[in-house]
Amino acid sequence: MSRYLILVPFVIFLALAGLLWMGLSIDPRHVPSPLIGKPAPAFNLPQLYKEGKVSPQDLKGKVWVLNVWASWCVSCRAEHEVVTEFVKKYKVDVLGLNYKDYATEEYGDAAKQWLARYGNPYSKIAVDTDGRVGIDWGVYGVPESFVIDQKGVIRYKFTGPLKTQDVEETLAPLIQRLRAEKVPVEGNKG
Amino acid sequence: MIPELGQMALIIALSISIMLGVIPMYGSFRGNSNDMALARPAVVAQWLMLSFSFGCLVYAFLTDDFSVRYVASTSNSALPTLFKVSAVWGAHEGSLLLWGLILSTWTLCVALFGRSIPTVMLARVLSVMGLVAVGFLLFIILTSNPFDRIPMQADGRDLNPLLQDVGLAIHPPMLYMGYVGLSVAFAFAVAAMIGGKLDVAWARWARPWTNVAWVFLTIGIALGSWWAYYELGWGGWWFWDPVENASLMPWLVATALMHSLVVTEKRGMFKAWTVLLAVGAFSLSLLGTFLVRSGVLTSVHSFASDPERGLFILIFLILVIGSSLLLFVFRAPRFTSSANFELLSREAGLLSNNILLVVMACAVLLGTLFPLLTDALSVIDKTFELGLNIGKISVGPPYFNAIMVPLGVLLSVVMGAGLFLRWKKDSVSRLSGVLWLPLVFSLVAAIVLPLVFAPEFHALTAMGLVISSWIAFTALMWVIRQKRSPFALSGTTWGAMLGHIGLAVTFTGITLVSVYNIEKDVRLAPGESYEMAGYQFRFDGVRQKEGPNYTAYQGTIHISRDNQEVAVLKPEKRTYRVQTMPMTEAGIDAGIFRDLFVALGEPLGNGGAWSLRVQYKPFVRWLWLGAIIMGLGGLLAAFDRRYRHLRKTATGASSLVKKPAATATMATPQVAGGTRL
Repeated sequence: MSRYLILVPFVIFLALAGLLWMGLSIDPRHVPSPLIGKPAPAFNLPQLYKEGKVSPQDLKGKVWVLNVWASWCVSCRAEHEVVTEFVKKYKVDVLGLNYKDYATEEYGDAAKQWLARYGNPYSKIAVDTDGRVGIDWGVYGVPESFVIDQKGVIRYKFTGPLKTQDVEETLAPLIQRLRAEKVPVEGNKG
Repeated sequence: MIPELGQMALIIALSISIMLGVIPMYGSFRGNSNDMALARPAVVAQWLMLSFSFGCLVYAFLTDDFSVRYVASTSNSALPTLFKVSAVWGAHEGSLLLWGLILSTWTLCVALFGRSIPTVMLARVLSVMGLVAVGFLLFIILTSNPFDRIPMQADGRDLNPLLQDVGLAIHPPMLYMGYVGLSVAFAFAVAAMIGGKLDVAWARWARPWTNVAWVFLTIGIALGSWWAYYELGWGGWWFWDPVENASLMPWLVATALMHSLVVTEKRGMFKAWTVLLAVGAFSLSLLGTFLVRSGVLTSVHSFASDPERGLFILIFLILVIGSSLLLFVFRAPRFTSSANFELLSREAGLLSNNILLVVMACAVLLGTLFPLLTDALSVIDKTFELGLNIGKISVGPPYFNAIMVPLGVLLSVVMGAGLFLRWKKDSVSRLSGVLWLPLVFSLVAAIVLPLVFAPEFHALTAMGLVISSWIAFTALMWVIRQKRSPFALSGTTWGAMLGHIGLAVTFTGITLVSVYNIEKDVRLAPGESYEMAGYQFRFDGVRQKEGPNYTAYQGTIHISRDNQEVAVLKPEKRTYRVQTMPMTEAGIDAGIFRDLFVALGEPLGNGGAWSLRVQYKPFVRWLWLGAIIMGLGGLLAAFDRRYRHLRKTATGASSLVKKPAATATMATPQVAGGTRL
């Protein structure tokens, strides 16, 4: 009896080692979003440069990308060039979600200064100062990017700074595929 | 040139460690005293080489040698000198080198102070530590060489601003001293298992070393919590973050080990269990290193992570822990003891202490690895298409609080009563005759104190105070009942008392700061005031300030009470020039009974108004004060006269052990004092 008991620590350790080994091969940043395959959460936020509000509804019928960024986020700066290149090359609508930033004049306009310095690839920028929309979208860290199809359904989520390789190997092919999807033009809704 | 010398020294240290790991061990089986005698000089040489290597790295930092990649990536010419030194262990490579140097220092101490240990045993202990060093030095040289050269950089990328702080300059060395110190108990355990004989002397040798390592671990954890409190900027002191958990787990097991060693030494029991704890405590230290360095878990504290390094540490971990546990499987059946004890006895008390502490450590481990577990399960799920649909879940503070608080309460009850228990057999009637007094005291204290001093009575406060005063009163009572002059008491007695009282102080701090903490985010324009807990916080605006390597907004807050000025706080919001990272330096007015805490938020509008986080934190200092008291207790116990005596009488130590009489009149076997020898 106690002979088997003695084996317990060793067996527990083997299980633990196996778990850690698996852990190494899993990317901790890979967070499957429960929102994939679901309609993009609605929002109606003020825009950064223009008057009026912006909503995902505005882009219905297009394949577009929601890119979550902030001027305080260091990795966003690394990603920014990639996003700019991505927009230029593939003519994608990238909607910026300026997340918990000091975007408005009242707060010091850090976001605008940042864009003035690094360029503005976004078609529109939604200002989410208190981060509520971020919560709806399940934002886990900044930067994050979502791909939304023509029906307004989230098809893909990328956590962390995008690299050229991610764009070329994942985002661009996905967007081309989604663009090719045939969508019944309004009407089913009745 | 100097960095190359450092690297050479590192490689030589590796070769010496291989020698140390192999030759004395081999000699101990062949009975070759020449081989065994090699251990000591090898340890000295290893230590000299590593110190030299470490010195070279420090030199590279002090001279701003940005042709060394590690220096270029963690330092900057504008960094203040103190932080240039602490930047040496500010990132992965350097902290590993520090780990190696500390391991070597512990080995050196064992070699120097372990003269009373029989040659065979000492040779094996030093050899085991040498083997651990081989693993770490290989890891440094193969995957994380701090001396790697790159083309000369104009300037360095600077130390992470979070780490530019005095608290964090000393926190990692302390913590490493604790982590690595547990390798001594581990080496003793493995050496004893190799020998196949676990005598009582073994426990006696291992005790002071375990105590000292535990002291460093305690202080290291406390420093980390203190740093998080003032530097992370939001006034929390424990986050159940993976990195914090990684230090708490070895602490819990080391605490169990300290107590279990008492039983093994005094009664020759729990032998296998004690060995297992010694292996477990060090294994958890290694696991902590793995978790922090491999990037399998994301944490607010982890700065560098790399899966390749992770794989290396994992293989190392498997070799070290796996082989020692396998050894345990074969040797543990030999470690039997004929002694027995009853359900109500000191042995049983210490056993329940051990079980509670180990369960706590397991609960922390489970909570820490939970995200990994769900990840792994979802991979299995996908591979075999089971359709379980497991999401990524991490368990947060609610889980840890729900488990740790009740276990902590149980532990406290046992802690108090356990001190008075007699070896082998005790009776309920005798025990209750002793314990009613501290119980009454603590009930009175817990009800009266909040009624008199607290703004409102809170059931949680009362509960927390019952527990902490129970621990404190029982410890005091236990010492008073020994009816001896304070100077005649042994170090272990003082140590046990201070250890328990320190924990009581920490528990008091936790209870009071959790219940009575007030926290408010307010918008204040210059000249406006905010009142909290009877204090007036007057905001006098913000001005720009230039630091050595940062620019800052510095606010001024005058705090007064009944029109008497209490303190002027100058919280800052810094932007470090190189890493352009905003950092909050909170303004804190510290006091024994309360801290006043102000952190700058954001500027609001053009009128000079800012958002401020104002906090009133009663008794928060007690958290760390308790840790200092515990540490002092651990030191006193470690330097007990008996161990010093032990060193002088260099004889087989088993003869030193006095068997406790079957019916001890005074249940104070820990009070062994010098006289008993």
